[in-house]
Amino acid sequence: MKRLLLVALLLPIAAHADEYTLTIKDHKFQPAEFTIPSGTKIRLRIENQDATPEEFDSYALNREKVIAGLGTATIFIGPLDAGRYPFTGEFHSATAHGVVVVK
Amino acid sequence: MFATAIIVFREVLEASLIIGILAAATRSVPNSRRWLIAGVIAGLAGSGLVAAFTDVIGSLANGIGQEIFNSIVLGIAVLMLAWHNIWMSSHGAALAASAKSVGRNISDGTSECSILLVIVGIAVLREGSETVLFLYGIAASNDGGQSSMMLGGMIGMLAGIAVGYTLYAGLLRVPMRWFFTATGILVLLLAAGMASQAAHFLIQADLLPSLAAPLWDTSAVLPESGLPGMLLHSLVGYDSRPAGMQIVFYLTALITIFIGMKLASRPRQTSI
Repeated sequence: MKRLLLVALLLPIAAHADEYTLTIKDHKFQPAEFTIPSGTKIRLRIENQDATPEEFDSYALNREKVIAGLGTATIFIGPLDAGRYPFTGEFHSATAHGVVVVK
Repeated sequence: MFATAIIVFREVLEASLIIGILAAATRSVPNSRRWLIAGVIAGLAGSGLVAAFTDVIGSLANGIGQEIFNSIVLGIAVLMLAWHNIWMSSHGAALAASAKSVGRNISDGTSECSILLVIVGIAVLREGSETVLFLYGIAASNDGGQSSMMLGGMIGMLAGIAVGYTLYAGLLRVPMRWFFTATGILVLLLAAGMASQAAHFLIQADLLPSLAAPLWDTSAVLPESGLPGMLLHSLVGYDSRPAGMQIVFYLTALITIFIGMKLASRPRQTSI
């Protein structure tokens, strides 16, 4: 109950954050590398154009999320320090790789 | 095949360790085995459902439905594990004194068993739904080599179950006077780790501030992708790059449940 209340109070935060879009096609990320500013939170929209599900997974970013086949998902990243943060598509780790570059 | 085995192993491991610990902890509770098996079956059925509705769940609440779902499920698991541990603290002495005479606590035992059902069901549901999706993806693709990947999946699953069973068998060898302390500590750490994971999902969905992210970085020393990191992640909620808020959740769960256990294990007269 308390957590629900907390969630309700914090919901408006979700509104401000620049949006970036990442596409999954043929088990690859496009773009495979993109740059975001350091010290800000961003909203990452992931569109899976493959028919099979994928899991966006990154130990560096401390993020993991399953995206249904032909589905779309949103995750929030940051604020981060400058650096390179690799991520993979865990379900197709042979081909699905990418990096978030923070500058 | 190897990559497939590792992914499935990682998913199965967490559920398997939770079941191993709880199976040991409730070994002298009447009928606990039946409830445990029912929990696994319910969890597997739930996995299929969650996997089938991934897109529906994911698109709820502007695309953060999956995080909300995961954190609610984890929150329920934390409450159930807390309840279990507090129940064990007040009945542990009786259970240890005579495994045969616990039949008299049948009504209490039943509520404990339904908690067991929920915890096991949730553990299987969470890890199972991802495994189902992953294996479905393999089966649906036409890349060839599916049978070798399915074989990898089977190997990963069996290896994950074997680790959980080893922990269970090891716990049963712990002498009775330390047994409830040992399982109590393991369950306490499991619950704290799940509270931290719930915070992790709420941060990912931007429903909670991260406070400091990461608070530390031990990924070079003890990466979560390695077996020790993987085991520690499942058992005590180890995170190589945790957010500050995860630690707040971890410690809050740890301390709250610990106090609950201490109060429950006191004699009735002195409890408030």
